[in-house]
Amino acid sequence: MMTAREQGIVAEALVREYRGGIRAVDGIDLRVAEGEIYGFLGPNGAGKSTTVHMLTTLLPPSSGTAWVGGFDIVREGPRVRAAIGAALQEAALDPLLTGREHLRLQAALHGLSRADRRSRGEALLERVGLTLAADRKVRTYSGGMKRRLDLALALVHAPRLLFLDEPTTGLDPQSRSALWQEVGRLAKEEGVTVFLTTQYLEEADVLADRVGIIDHGRIVAEGTPSGLKAEIGRPSVEAVPANPDERHRLTQLLERFGEPAQGSPNGDAVRLETGTESLVEIVRALDAEGLDVSHLQLHAPSLDDVFLAKTGRSLEGAAEAPSAEPARA
Amino acid sequence: MTGTFWMQVAQLARRSIVRTIRQPAHVFPPLIFPLGLLAVNAGGLAPATKLPGFPTDSFLAFALAVPFIQGALFATMNAGTDLARDIQTGFLNRLALTPLRGGALVAGLLSGVVVMGVVQAGVYLTVGLLAGSGLASGAGGALVLLGLSALVALGFGAVGALLALRTGSGESVQGLFPLLFVFLFVSSMNLPRNLIEIDWFRFAATANPVSYLIEGIRSLVITGWDGQALALAFGVGTALAAVALAGSAVALRGRMTRT
Repeated sequence: MMTAREQGIVAEALVREYRGGIRAVDGIDLRVAEGEIYGFLGPNGAGKSTTVHMLTTLLPPSSGTAWVGGFDIVREGPRVRAAIGAALQEAALDPLLTGREHLRLQAALHGLSRADRRSRGEALLERVGLTLAADRKVRTYSGGMKRRLDLALALVHAPRLLFLDEPTTGLDPQSRSALWQEVGRLAKEEGVTVFLTTQYLEEADVLADRVGIIDHGRIVAEGTPSGLKAEIGRPSVEAVPANPDERHRLTQLLERFGEPAQGSPNGDAVRLETGTESLVEIVRALDAEGLDVSHLQLHAPSLDDVFLAKTGRSLEGAAEAPSAEPARA
Repeated sequence: MTGTFWMQVAQLARRSIVRTIRQPAHVFPPLIFPLGLLAVNAGGLAPATKLPGFPTDSFLAFALAVPFIQGALFATMNAGTDLARDIQTGFLNRLALTPLRGGALVAGLLSGVVVMGVVQAGVYLTVGLLAGSGLASGAGGALVLLGLSALVALGFGAVGALLALRTGSGESVQGLFPLLFVFLFVSSMNLPRNLIEIDWFRFAATANPVSYLIEGIRSLVITGWDGQALALAFGVGTALAAVALAGSAVALRGRMTRT
């Protein structure tokens, strides 16, 4: 078993309290193994960014502690910063500098030699597809280009751990997909540990090896996406009869395969007693009974179902928590 | 101070200068407005030179010191708003995630402000000389004048940085900027203090440190080498810079709470 200091990220009872006693982060424990992509999923105001700010040493915790890359975030801030790269919420770029100038500045501040600054900068520009735009001022960049430059800046000193705070918020699907590919490649090919916050279910599902779901500053569920989904339940099937008069017959038929579940107003749904293989049997039964349906759909559990099961609310409609303004403590 | 520290200062100074050059609104107003005010004053207030005891017969030469201070005040606002923008956009956090030292951040920003202040001073001096003002202290005085301008830019720039670090808001820095101009107008910018007849104004101008900065520069232009005026100007400039830098350092610690 790995010890805390050998692991990528370890947090123990991490708390951040703001003025007025508001706990933006309320006792978080987590472990992220080296080379793992950890998705930190939650609605706006849940405490994701505050957690990232503490783990990246930008904000001291009110209590508890954490080790990042084997270093204590409170006592060994400079060593933590040397080990990590971070792209925080809202790509923090200077609109008046070019992409290349950003990389040179960042590389210089990280202490790279002049020659390394140049070669590393060129390599990163190429990797994120910004070579042609490298000498344009950032204010002319699209949102996706800014995010890619942000990622390149986070990687300039070849960090072992990468923190990405909602990296794809506001991006178009194409830019989002490109960023996912690059993050996945970093973890798989270079062994970079990635701590990724997101409010997008799909992002966590596609990218993360494990997911922590945070709500009101607490982790309410943690595990692999498939494990979490399996944990909260079975798939459901929903059917809408082609002839509304046959609704009752359809209900009786479906109830042979599971208990009733929430469906659309025109149809019926059941949570399947067995797995998705029941769908075939349902189709056969419908055929045998001569029941025509206009709509038949299998619903696999989603991470939103996990969030719903754990918090009683849907993540996609979750309201922001009461103001957790990052006032200076 | 290590080589790394100075390299960080140089990188951030370069960024500060590049940013300024790429913002025409940061380059031209600090040149045009002070020179415009100089032209207006030199033309409109020339009869003041007839006052008994007025130290020169050229109001242009008398007023030439004012653009140096006014330009430095513009630099204050620009430095402050730039730093406040870095705070607001999160760029300061980006810098905080590097091994950057807090002192290098302020020093880099202010180095850029000082370079721009010296360039501005060179322009004011050149325009003044071309317009017919003399320089009583000669070529050596020009160098001292540029040095004093650098010190004034450093002092006012540090005030701008302090305001930005305290408020974290560009709008707040800009809102406080007119207050700084009050110091310029309630000074000996248009008359020698001994010729100001209104008691409260003369008292305010005497208590106002900006008067001594102006009089130091003015002495180089119209008097030559006036040790007392220069000592007061450099003393006030140094004190302003020291106080503002100390305040900035404290404010920076509160702003960059990294562990």
